[in-house]
Amino acid sequence: MDRAGPAATPAAPPARAVGPLLWLRERLFSSWSNAALTLLALWLVYQLVSTLFTWGVLHATWQGRDGGDCREGGACWPFVGAWFGQFLYGRYPDAERWRVNLTYALAAAGLVPLMIPQVPGKLWSSAYTLVVVPVLAVILLAGGMLGLRHVPTDLWGGLLVTLVISSTGIAAAFPIGIFLALGRRSRMPIVRWLSVGFIEIVRGVPLITVLFMASVMLPLFLPEGWTIDKLVRALIMVALFSAAYLAEVIRGGLQAIPRGQFEAADALGLSYPQKVGLIVLPQALKLVIPGIVGSLIALFKDTSLVLIIGIYDLLGMAQVASSAPAWLSPSTPMTAYVVAGAIFWLFCFGMSRYSQMLERRLAAGGQRAVTKAMD
Amino acid sequence: MAVSTGGPPRTRVDLKGLIYRPEVRQIAWQVALLLALVFAFGWVVQNVAANLRRQNIASGFEFLDRISGFDVAQSLIEYSNVSTYGRAFWVGLLNTLLVAVLGIVFATLLGFVIGIARLSSNWLIAKLAAAYVEIVRNIPLLLQLFFWYFAVLKNLPAPRQSYVLPGGAYFNVRGLYLPAPVLQPGFELVLGALVAGIVGTIGLRWWTRRRQLLTGRRLPLLWPSIGLLVGLPLMVHLAAGAPMTLDYPELAGFNFRGGIAVQPELIALLLGLAIYTASFIAEIVRAGILGVPKGQTEAAQALGLSRGQALRLVIVPQATRIVIPPLTNQYLNLTKNSSLAVAIGYPDFVSVFAGTVLNQTGQAVEVILMTMGVYLGISLVTSLFMNWFNRRMALVER
Repeated sequence: MDRAGPAATPAAPPARAVGPLLWLRERLFSSWSNAALTLLALWLVYQLVSTLFTWGVLHATWQGRDGGDCREGGACWPFVGAWFGQFLYGRYPDAERWRVNLTYALAAAGLVPLMIPQVPGKLWSSAYTLVVVPVLAVILLAGGMLGLRHVPTDLWGGLLVTLVISSTGIAAAFPIGIFLALGRRSRMPIVRWLSVGFIEIVRGVPLITVLFMASVMLPLFLPEGWTIDKLVRALIMVALFSAAYLAEVIRGGLQAIPRGQFEAADALGLSYPQKVGLIVLPQALKLVIPGIVGSLIALFKDTSLVLIIGIYDLLGMAQVASSAPAWLSPSTPMTAYVVAGAIFWLFCFGMSRYSQMLERRLAAGGQRAVTKAMD
Repeated sequence: MAVSTGGPPRTRVDLKGLIYRPEVRQIAWQVALLLALVFAFGWVVQNVAANLRRQNIASGFEFLDRISGFDVAQSLIEYSNVSTYGRAFWVGLLNTLLVAVLGIVFATLLGFVIGIARLSSNWLIAKLAAAYVEIVRNIPLLLQLFFWYFAVLKNLPAPRQSYVLPGGAYFNVRGLYLPAPVLQPGFELVLGALVAGIVGTIGLRWWTRRRQLLTGRRLPLLWPSIGLLVGLPLMVHLAAGAPMTLDYPELAGFNFRGGIAVQPELIALLLGLAIYTASFIAEIVRAGILGVPKGQTEAAQALGLSRGQALRLVIVPQATRIVIPPLTNQYLNLTKNSSLAVAIGYPDFVSVFAGTVLNQTGQAVEVILMTMGVYLGISLVTSLFMNWFNRRMALVER
């Protein structure tokens, strides 16, 4: 620079490179091929939006009493109006639906303060959510005590069953998954081989075969006269199935913890439960939040499989509704699946967005090295 | 520990100290665990035996040699209702493998396109791909299968009003009807030409690589290969008097005759599996490409490689290493998910074997264990193959 001789007059700064037109040119029309791609994409968007609009609004039926009124080829909205209650509660008696709503409200009262990071008192809210709510939920939903009418589980259905299976599954799979992950890294050979065997066998088979096992094999395992409720059987299997996947995710977190942390805990004279509970797990779980949430979303979606063994969750209800004789029409199945799909999507998308928020928040806490368990 | 001066002599067993020794505790824990498991297992076996006796269900695998008495809608091998249960086992297994292979091919193609589209510099394309991923992977696969089968394919027109596809194919509520190739004598020549083309291409590849190492000159490889692989068999085919003809499906009465009929169940299953799995593969591809350090792209540019060359020679080989392990997982997931076929009535392994055969024989324990064993076997073979492939692709370091 110094050797350039007498200082040249500084050139004027380049024109400000901002503005919507420039953005358009750079991001959409930077070259001929890019412009062609943009036009193709625009055509695609137009096709999608116009198809959706025609189906959901223009050709949709808004009023009607049965499937005979839905002949326009578009969505059959009155069908949704007539069946929405069943979508949410299944065949749960109308007069008792307040019990389901109350359960939701009680669970929300625990979950909301737990999920918002700024709210203090996490210990209390988690104790309430994990201990008090399940007990109250069982009393409220099943009834048969405290003057509440007994509602057998084969009347439960729709979103209620989806939420019951997924939340119980999550609550049960999480501790089992932690034990399996610790077992897989244990120095005791028998514990290690049992954990590895369980995890790999479960991960190697489809959930359907496990559910079939619950419905046809499990009754054979029990002595004569013993029966387990069908919903409970499905619950156990879903929980064990998810636990194997969660275990692998958690193992990834355990492997990312430096040896020094274990050694430091030993040096402090902590017992094994203290070492794991106070030093290792808090760090390991934080590292694998994305993987854990991924497993939870998978579990939530997998609950729909229970319809194959005759439990009517949200998708099962949509299936029943779309073949109900009163509302038979060419557009009924499509309407039912779109509505059920939208509800599933809201839950899954919400979970994934929440985990991203949590991840960013925790990332601010320090450097992270995420190593995923992939094998 | 070492401060005890003149403590108890080593020969005496310190019983009180023994229970505090970690090794002793570990052994005690494991023995207890093993005992509990053996006890539980024995209890279960006893119950199963008693229950089977009471319900008069035979045990063992003799049922595999008995006549099945049911038909299967789609079979890749010869099968009828006088075949054995063992034969039905293979029919189901082959149907599952067919779906898995086709699904993996389609899902990979679609997934790669969408994964690359997500990284496009074109804002609209990137957003569209992102929307695809976010919508598709957050809806249960079973729901998507139902959607394709009950809401879309079951609403197609009847055979008389079929959609006519280019190339003499028809699409209607009964499925997809494709022209079938019919082989006349003389086709062996075309096959021979194809084999010669493949061998020639491999030889050409080897020779150009050698030439490049020796002289530094890159010889054209793409067009000669295409000529060898496509042109040669085509020319032989024409010269031999076109020994392969097409059998076109034709409308006869209420249905089509001739050609290859693809059942709507198979189409729905493939659509659902490919579209769903592609959304996961797209994310894997994106992560793989983003996982290659930016310096690699810049270094390739600095060396004067074109964009295509940089992608082919620098980025993709490195991204492949990141992509293979999670991609393997997705292939296994797709194979396991193909068992959802049972819900839409495609005769896959679970539907034929764990469904019909189990219902007819009642031998739940044997059938379920065999079903699980088959899927475990598929998982194992796929993992072994992909691990081998992964090792082959792995970076060779000093």
